[in-house]
Amino acid sequence: MIRSFSINEFYFLLSAVQWTLALSAIAFLGGAIAGLLIALGRTSPIKPVRLAATGYIQVFQGTPLLMQLFLVFFGATVLGIDMNPWAAAALGLTLNASAFLGEIWRGCIQSVPRGQWEAASALGLRYPGLMRYVILPQAVKVALPPTVGYLVQLIKGTSLAAIIGFTELTRAGQIVNNATFQPFLVFSIVAALYFVLCWPLSLLAARLEARYAAPGR
Amino acid sequence: MNYSFQFDAVIASWDYLLTGAWLTIRLSLGAMVLGLIVAILCALGKTSGPKPVRWLINAYIEVIRNTPFLVQIFLIFFGLPSMGLMLSPDMAALIAMVVNVGAYATEIIRAGIESIQKGQVEAGLALGLRPLQVFRYVILKPALRTVYPALTSQFILLMLSSSVVSAISADELTSVANNIQSQTFRSFEIYIVVTAMYLVMAMMFSGLFAAIHRLVFTYDLERR
Repeated sequence: MIRSFSINEFYFLLSAVQWTLALSAIAFLGGAIAGLLIALGRTSPIKPVRLAATGYIQVFQGTPLLMQLFLVFFGATVLGIDMNPWAAAALGLTLNASAFLGEIWRGCIQSVPRGQWEAASALGLRYPGLMRYVILPQAVKVALPPTVGYLVQLIKGTSLAAIIGFTELTRAGQIVNNATFQPFLVFSIVAALYFVLCWPLSLLAARLEARYAAPGR
Repeated sequence: MNYSFQFDAVIASWDYLLTGAWLTIRLSLGAMVLGLIVAILCALGKTSGPKPVRWLINAYIEVIRNTPFLVQIFLIFFGLPSMGLMLSPDMAALIAMVVNVGAYATEIIRAGIESIQKGQVEAGLALGLRPLQVFRYVILKPALRTVYPALTSQFILLMLSSSVVSAISADELTSVANNIQSQTFRSFEIYIVVTAMYLVMAMMFSGLFAAIHRLVFTYDLERR
């Protein structure tokens, strides 16, 4: 018996949005913490640390996100850990986000003029104080627009969790489609829901970029 | 950790993996070329078309850039047949990739076109070139030269995201990996090898593009 697409199916899709949002939030928070470490590593004065961070970014930016999710999912089995799709998606997206945010923020840290670094160390600030009070506060302003822009990429990336079997918005779309056989309608609605999540962020990123664009550069 | 790695299954299907990788490369190159044509037309429309055209192109770009690639693939592969247009998985994958990369490349090329100074266009017209000639020689060529690096990284992103088309079982690298996985159950071994293959392909292409950039796209004055 083929079900028809009714308001219940729409509610099911709508309620799946919360899982897309939860997954995005976790990956963003985890990715932000790890990404800050990667960015600091990437700009570190110690060469091995710099190389390690560069390698990490290269591997995660040079391989498909889907493969990264598969490796986390199946890699856990290798280590003898029972990993459910939810944890695998969260961990995989976190690792991926940390590499991308790390690379974005590296650029922002390096955009702080050299003179600021020199002035701070001339004032006797060591690395932690220099970063905390001088460099990072200035880098944050530059970092805001591309970070919001990356958030869009992250939300779209969570759709791949559907392939390893986590029921977020895209997987919910597949489930409803399997029951109703109205792919065009179902996936249009799914796409529209993603659009509603992502478009405001894209507009915000563009506005922030226009606002924080350094005048006269 | 008492897991014993067994790579025999991967080694046994080495040629199958290479076929998949080759299709990934062909799909990505084909989608990039077609996507560039779409993008040049859209960029032309967006910079100098009438208002409704500009509005349509903007809608296309915003819709594609703000929805996941996977959902776009599903819409094309499952949605179009319900409107009477049957597609093979490979064909649907190609169309989805063209539509997707076309939107991103439009924005890149538009940025390149807008970087051309107005005086250049006026000079071209003053020299008696027709508008299309001005577009081709005065605007498009220097614009593409400017945005070449951005386009090449877009290509790498396209190639990596092409793994997503395995969701509709196209025959590219990730689908091949899925097939081997479902026959041998050596999941981790296969996916780690395939991940490495993607990494090598990404590095190969960025090296190749950098070489092309030095040889073709550098002005003589810049060449060392």
